[in-house]
Amino acid sequence: MRIVIIDDSGLRATVLEEGLREAGYDDIHIVPPRGAFVARLERMAPDVVLMDLGSPSRDTLEEMLTVSRALAKPIAMFVDQSDEAMIGAAIDAGVSAYVVDGLRKERVKPVLELAVRRFNAFAKIQAELEEARTALSDRKIIDRAKSILMNQRSLSEQDAYALLRSTAMNQGKKIVDVAQALITASELLGGGL
Amino acid sequence: MTTALKIAFLPLNDAAVLVAAREMGFAEQQGLSLELVRTTSWATLRDRLVFGQVHGAHMLAPLAVAVTLGLSQQPAALAAPYKLGVNGNMLVMASDFARALEPDVGARLSDPLGTAHDFAAAIGLWRRKPVIGVVHRFSSHAIMLRYWLASAGVDPDKDVVLRVLPPSLTVEAMRAGEIDGFIAGEPWGSAAVEAGLAETVATGERIWRRGVEKVLAFRESWLEGNPDILDRLLRALALAAAWCDDRANHGALADLLARPSYVDQPAELIARALNGQIVARAGEAPIASPDFMLFSREATPFPWRSQALWIYSQLVRWNMVGHDAATAAKAGAVFRPDVFRRALADSDMPMPGASMKLEGAVELPLAVGSRRGELTLGPDRFFDGRVFDPDRIEEFLAGFRAPR
Repeated sequence: MRIVIIDDSGLRATVLEEGLREAGYDDIHIVPPRGAFVARLERMAPDVVLMDLGSPSRDTLEEMLTVSRALAKPIAMFVDQSDEAMIGAAIDAGVSAYVVDGLRKERVKPVLELAVRRFNAFAKIQAELEEARTALSDRKIIDRAKSILMNQRSLSEQDAYALLRSTAMNQGKKIVDVAQALITASELLGGGL
Repeated sequence: MTTALKIAFLPLNDAAVLVAAREMGFAEQQGLSLELVRTTSWATLRDRLVFGQVHGAHMLAPLAVAVTLGLSQQPAALAAPYKLGVNGNMLVMASDFARALEPDVGARLSDPLGTAHDFAAAIGLWRRKPVIGVVHRFSSHAIMLRYWLASAGVDPDKDVVLRVLPPSLTVEAMRAGEIDGFIAGEPWGSAAVEAGLAETVATGERIWRRGVEKVLAFRESWLEGNPDILDRLLRALALAAAWCDDRANHGALADLLARPSYVDQPAELIARALNGQIVARAGEAPIASPDFMLFSREATPFPWRSQALWIYSQLVRWNMVGHDAATAAKAGAVFRPDVFRRALADSDMPMPGASMKLEGAVELPLAVGSRRGELTLGPDRFFDGRVFDPDRIEEFLAGFRAPR
């Protein structure tokens, strides 16, 4: 079974390809949806095309599938057309697939399920990275606000933090927002630092 | 109690009524909390609607007909009780290509028939078969482009290459030389003009003066099962549409649409279509096109069944579907004037008495029978002067086959 993955993100495609290979599929190709990707795809004559549901190039791909014979009678699939929960899961994960008509459902289903799992895993990694990045910059902002308080009000680091925290609690805000406001105010007042 | 509704849209100016309904409080007043789901391809918008991941969608009118007829992947009965706008499209071509056309852009736009013939002549002079981007096979843009090209004897399936790409990728594709021009909803044509990549060649408003554009589409079963929610939504949209049509609000509307969560393009570009001030060539004075894009006046949102049938006639014309009475009836039934009437029965919206009309027959603003209020229909002529009688589809289609 020849599987083509169309994906903008090199990393996500690799994560998916790896999973498919582990599951024993070995005829896998990755095509980025740029330039003459439709012509490339046509030459490959895939059995299954997997694509990110969020890719703006889906319309281009569908048009190609309508007019060319790259896939005989291709049908868009969300794992199992009669299983609404699975369709929801596929759409949430952002997986769309086009499958040659006639390819048995039992053969395609594991591929699609795997794609859904891998897309979800990838999204989770992305979210965690983003969270880590935010946490890091939050800490920097709080550190800066602490040192402003320590300098201006001769507080210990601990007391500076306690002051930020109690202010945040009193105002119903996040510590990082209070810290940011303090930094901005300090800059406006020419407080240096 | 507030009802939460999810509606999918594409980043385009004509998502305006939905955006205004959410942001200006019209939906809230009706007890609705609208979540607008930004989508970048029509395929994904369609799938989200068909598989029930959203309640409604800002959909190309021909796509709603095509999905119902089973022409676009998973078949599903869709229903469109409300038009989100008419007009608003623009055909732009690479400046080099446009050099073979009438150089005075004002004259060029006001004479679509002459420009179509100039375009036909320019095809032979171009270094390749011109590649023209369209946003979807089942788009009003593609249908209008085909109609316009064919009027000058150009076969859109043989003499040019129509390449499908989503609106948000059009400008990039122009820059890369992958396409020689494109027809899309605003602000994408203006963005290409502003980047110095293209010139305006035709505007939708001059091809069909009241061209059907996006509809608000639902699954028919959901629409039938939720009359109360639907009526509240339509009432909110009618108020939002009146707000959008008011020139005094265009600045605020352009600012709303410019947000990254909506169109994510400069407000100045978005405002051109809203104000009907079209810059056809970078750096030149805008051309006044007061009917460039309509949301509310002349009962614009009313889903005339005859308009769904006109779309159907064009799908038949280009061999996308076979013609028989049952298919025609199914296509016509996608537009739901009955639901529109029910929902807006007690509103200020002037209400047409009929559900079908001749399309393309109004030359000057015309006062017509209305169940309430004054209803004036604006000129709705096609540039070639043809008139579509929904009761005589065969005759209309035969007219296109006549020897040229």
